[in-house]
Amino acid sequence: MSLLEAQGLSVRFGTQEAVADVTFSVAPGERFGIIGESGSGKTMTALAVSGLLPEGAASEGSIRFDGQPLPANERAMARLRGKRIGMVFQEPMTALNPLMRIGAQIAEAMSINLPEGASADAVMALLDEVGLASLHAARFPHQLSGGQRQRVMIAMALASEPDLLIADEPTSALDLITQRRVLDLIAEICERRGMALLFISHDLRAVAALCSRVAVMHGGRMIESGETGAVFGAPRESYTRRLVAATRLQREADEPAIGTVLLAAEAVTRDYADRRWFRRGPALRAVDGVSLSARQGECLAIVGPSGCGKTTLARMLVGLDTATSGSFRFEGRSYRGADLPAELRRDLSLVFQDPFGSFDPRLTVAHSVGEPLRLEHGLDPATRRRRVEEALVDVGLDAAMLDRYPHEFSGGQRQRLAIARALVTRPKLVVLDEPVSALDVSVRGEVLALLARLRAEHGLTYVLISHDLDMVRTMADRVLVMEAGRIVEEGRPEDLFDTPRHRLTRELVAARLPDVG
Amino acid sequence: MRRLLQHPSLAFGLGATLLFVIAGLASLVWTPYPIEQINVARRFLGPSPEHWLGTDNLGRDMLALVMSGTFTSFRIAALSVLIGAGIGVPLGLAAAVWGGAVEWVVLRLTDFMFAFPAVIVAILIATLLGPGDANAVIAIGIFNIPVFARVARGGAMSINTLDFVAAARLAGLGNAAIALRHLLPNITSLIIVQGTIQLSLGILAEAGLSYIGLGTQPPATSLGLMLRDAQGMFLVHPWLTIVPGLAIVFIVIALNLAGDGLRDALDPRLRQGTNDVLA
Repeated sequence: MSLLEAQGLSVRFGTQEAVADVTFSVAPGERFGIIGESGSGKTMTALAVSGLLPEGAASEGSIRFDGQPLPANERAMARLRGKRIGMVFQEPMTALNPLMRIGAQIAEAMSINLPEGASADAVMALLDEVGLASLHAARFPHQLSGGQRQRVMIAMALASEPDLLIADEPTSALDLITQRRVLDLIAEICERRGMALLFISHDLRAVAALCSRVAVMHGGRMIESGETGAVFGAPRESYTRRLVAATRLQREADEPAIGTVLLAAEAVTRDYADRRWFRRGPALRAVDGVSLSARQGECLAIVGPSGCGKTTLARMLVGLDTATSGSFRFEGRSYRGADLPAELRRDLSLVFQDPFGSFDPRLTVAHSVGEPLRLEHGLDPATRRRRVEEALVDVGLDAAMLDRYPHEFSGGQRQRLAIARALVTRPKLVVLDEPVSALDVSVRGEVLALLARLRAEHGLTYVLISHDLDMVRTMADRVLVMEAGRIVEEGRPEDLFDTPRHRLTRELVAARLPDVG
Repeated sequence: MRRLLQHPSLAFGLGATLLFVIAGLASLVWTPYPIEQINVARRFLGPSPEHWLGTDNLGRDMLALVMSGTFTSFRIAALSVLIGAGIGVPLGLAAAVWGGAVEWVVLRLTDFMFAFPAVIVAILIATLLGPGDANAVIAIGIFNIPVFARVARGGAMSINTLDFVAAARLAGLGNAAIALRHLLPNITSLIIVQGTIQLSLGILAEAGLSYIGLGTQPPATSLGLMLRDAQGMFLVHPWLTIVPGLAIVFIVIALNLAGDGLRDALDPRLRQGTNDVLA
């Protein structure tokens, strides 16, 4: 008999159907994955199963847990959730109470089932099970890293010894190494406790690594389900085939010739002073004596775990931040960051990571994309308009979209707009800060192909900031590995990833999840 | 707009505010009786078909007084909100974009202004210029400046960290241009909500200043002045106090409901299904 059974489940917001006629079941101890892109209804399915649908959502169909229909009564449902269903959410930053110590939060989760309260030993045992040291119990959430917080979330979900763990994108806010550790931890705990898992993700590899059975959701419908190997190895639906194909990135054939050194950094250091009243605390060194060079037409990648200083380096490169010491040279002119000479600004640009935060919601796309053109003096309005239209066509969008507002575009389209904005001044060097990590899997490939085509067409130089090794392998000519503000290894991507020398590079390569299909 | 009217408290608050504003504006062209018309023979009348709200100790029509007084109160409160927003918002934006010394100066300035109650400022100005409408507008306006400066700075700071502001810097926009083009439009809803709340506080403050004789002077009238005129007769003729008192209470409640409703309707964090920058 199955532990969880959903029959003809539909979730509606007014007339809009978020989930349509979804049927699946999870056996006790089974690890079941739901794959889907943003807007596919996968999160709504998970919320419906846990009885946590947001206000305004109406659900139909039947959900049976352990043979019983889900109680309609909110108190009874809360008791069921507390005792038998554990949940882990995507955002470990906001899911913990910032004013409570870790140990107290775990004890609170345990005390729901133990009228006499949780013992300190039990809390320690749980911390130990999720791989945290006992001293973490006395800490507050802000003192932990993202991965540690996610472990705390898992410990809290396990506190009631549930039969089913629902994990909604538990690793997408984490970096590669941490992601792998958390996934391994979830697998190991499910194994040890014989606990069933409902794992929801857009990441095919994470699902493939963790689940024995998967379902693919698209547009609110469950279009395909079955054994993991069968679904990914021989997909029946064309959408699934596209998803599987999108996980394998292809290197573009034509690449520009590599010329002389365009940009160089010499011993660049950035300290963040811990300034209090009149006295200075110890400085936090985000970037520590980094020297690098990028040649004309080259794609230089900087990889490293979160917090290694790669984004700070990128911000200094384009003039958003200033180096504490050291300097950059671009086309023979020296600068330290924000003092980037005005006439060089149009030659350097940046594509931001988050396509949703990088456009002013109150400005039309024409205004936002055309904004950098003010760096070129003396353009008349007609020329400006033409340049913006050209940039849009260049990234594969229709010039008729120019008078729309950012919220009318999808994530992939917004990232194309962000690329159009970065290229509108016809720069020589573009810094790409995690250009596809916020995008759905199926559009990542398209955006990367677009970036490769633009590089070949315009002879662009890229500085690519990322922690995605597969993407780096297909895009980069040279890779720098960064840790705690320093560059620890450098080389061609094939050499670096096939025979890593530094410990961090080895960890990064080892954390890579196996290919699917 | 349709979304705005779905909030019952907002629809009610805005509707009631609008009624008072219309009554006040109407007093400019028409009142049932001229407010300066004194008719001692007809004093202390209760509500009747000729005098809907009765007459006061000088035989003036109470409805005419309330209409005219409402207009005075709204005019003074609105002007002081304009002064507060006009000076406070630019100060707050400047503090948020420039940071450093500018921010320090703005913050200390607002602390300094917060430390003086409106009454003290009003007494000071009254000593310099003599009591009157202008006195109340300036005193309440000064009191509004730090409120708007703080709200504008807070809103602008949370937007300042977003990528589109960094993109604007890359595009060579200076601090002033970023404040005008990117920050101000994105904090308008915060300013509107705060403006509504300050409007209701302004009406209360005006009533207080007129009551102690530092605001509106006769023969003009305001709700606070009506209270002052009636206070000596409260035990004998409580009606004269109750009418302007209730008018103030209703206006302030209406404005607060409208302010809360606007906050719910305009605050993107409380809105579902849209991607706004503060979400």
